[in-house]
Amino acid sequence: MCLAVPGKVLERQDMLATIEVGGVTRKVSLMLLPETQVGDFVLIHAGFAVQRIDEEEAEKTLALFKELEQYAANE
Amino acid sequence: MLQMNNEEIRKAADFFTHEIAKLAGDKSFRLMEVCGTHTVAIFKAGIRQLLPENVQLVSGPGCPVCVTPNEYLDTAIAFSRKSDVMIATFGDMLKVPGSSSTLAAEKAQGADIRIVYSSLEGLELAKRYPDKKVIFLAVGFETTAPTAAAAILMAEAEKVANFYVLSSHKLVPPALRALLSSGDSKVHGFLLPGHVSAMIGLTPYEFLSKEYNTPAVVAGFEPLDILQSVYMLLRQLDCGVAKVENQYRRIVPKEGNPAACEVLSTVYQAADAQWRGIGHLKNSGLVMREKYQKFDALLNIPVTVEETKEAKGCQCGSVLRGLMLPTSCPLFGKTCKPEHPVGSCMVSIEGTCAAWYKYGAGRWQV
Ligand code: SF4
Repeated sequence: MCLAVPGKVLERQDMLATIEVGGVTRKVSLMLLPETQVGDFVLIHAGFAVQRIDEEEAEKTLALFKELEQYAANE
Repeated sequence: MLQMNNEEIRKAADFFTHEIAKLAGDKSFRLMEVCGTHTVAIFKAGIRQLLPENVQLVSGPGCPVCVTPNEYLDTAIAFSRKSDVMIATFGDMLKVPGSSSTLAAEKAQGADIRIVYSSLEGLELAKRYPDKKVIFLAVGFETTAPTAAAAILMAEAEKVANFYVLSSHKLVPPALRALLSSGDSKVHGFLLPGHVSAMIGLTPYEFLSKEYNTPAVVAGFEPLDILQSVYMLLRQLDCGVAKVENQYRRIVPKEGNPAACEVLSTVYQAADAQWRGIGHLKNSGLVMREKYQKFDALLNIPVTVEETKEAKGCQCGSVLRGLMLPTSCPLFGKTCKPEHPVGSCMVSIEGTCAAWYKYGAGRWQV
C-alpha cells in the first residue's frame, strides 16, 4: 500500500498534473508537491505526486555502483 | 531510474554479497526491514538466499493493513451496515478479518463499499452521491497520511458536507522506539522504509542511533538498493558506529517533503494509538485537530460496534515485532492462508505471513 511509482509530468493545470507512468497517462494531485514543473520526474503515491526524483542523484548512485565494481574487479 | 545492464547489476550484487559475508565474519546479525514493500522485494529477489546464514533479515511492523487493529475493522464494518453510509476504501482492507466479519463479506451482503485508489476518489464519491455519508477508510503510515489530510483540506475548501474519514494512521518512528525500548527485539540494525522517509526525511530517526546506538539505513526497493543497505548496516556495525544513513538519496532528501508534512500537521496531530498485536503505543497515531473534526466519522456518525475479539492462536503480534517467523505460527499454511486469513499478516501481499506463504515455498524451515 505504501509503494510509490515514478512518472513524468506532461502537463500541469493548477494543482492537477497529467503524468505518464509506463506509457499510460494519469491525473495526479500536486497538493503535496506544489513546486512540480512540466518535465519533472516525480514519485506518485495514492493519486498524489509525493517527491521529486533527482536524476542527478540517480546518476551518482550509478557511478557509485560502477566504482564498487571496479573495486571488486581489482580484488 | 537506475540504468544498469544485467552484467553490471550482477557484478554489483556479487560485490555486495561478498563484502557482506566478509564483514559479518562469524558473528550473527539480525536486521529488520521495517516496511512491507521491502519484505516483498526481499522475497522476490531471493535476497535471503544471497546473504550468509548469520545475517538474518526479519520483518517489522511496516505493513499498514497488518497493524490496523480488529476494533478499527469492527467499526468500519458497523458503519458499512448503515443504509445511509457508503464506504470508500483501498482494496487491501476488504479481506482483513474483524472480530466476526470482513468488509468483503458485508459487501457480498449488499453493503455499499467502493474500492478507491486515492483519498480524492473518496471525495469524488461524496460529491457524486450527496444523499450518502461517504466514509474514507484512512490507514497507512506517513506516506499515505498526508494524502488523507489533503482530501480533508479539499473537502473543507469545497464545502463537501457528506465526506468523512475513519482514521487509523500510524507513525513509524514511535513504533521503532517501542520495539527497541521493549528490550526483547534483539535487532542490530534497521532498513528504514524508503517512501515513508521521502515524506519525513531523516531527522525523525536520529534517536535510533543517539539513544539506542542502533544503526539505520533508509533503503530503496530495487534488489541492489537492499543489498547495498545491508552492506551499509554491516559496515556501521563493523566499525562500531551508529548513525542514520541514506542509501536512497535519489528519492529521499534529508528534509523529506516539507509541503506534505505541513498538510499533515495542519489537519492531524499525534496521539496514542492501538497497533494490532503490539498494543497501545505513545504518540504513534494521528487524530484530527479540532477544526477538522467535522470530517471525523467516529465523532459525527453514531454507530454501535460489536465487542472486539482476537483470533485464537494468531501470532501476528510476535511476527510484527520480528520475534517470530510466520512459519513458527501453528496456524500458518493450515487454517491460515491468503484465501482465508486468520490474522491480518496473511491478508495484504505486503504482510509478512502472506509474503512467506507466497514466496517462501520450500524455504519455510529457514
Ligand atoms: S500465520 Fe496467520 S494466524 Fe499465524 S501469525 Fe500469520 S496471520 Fe496470524
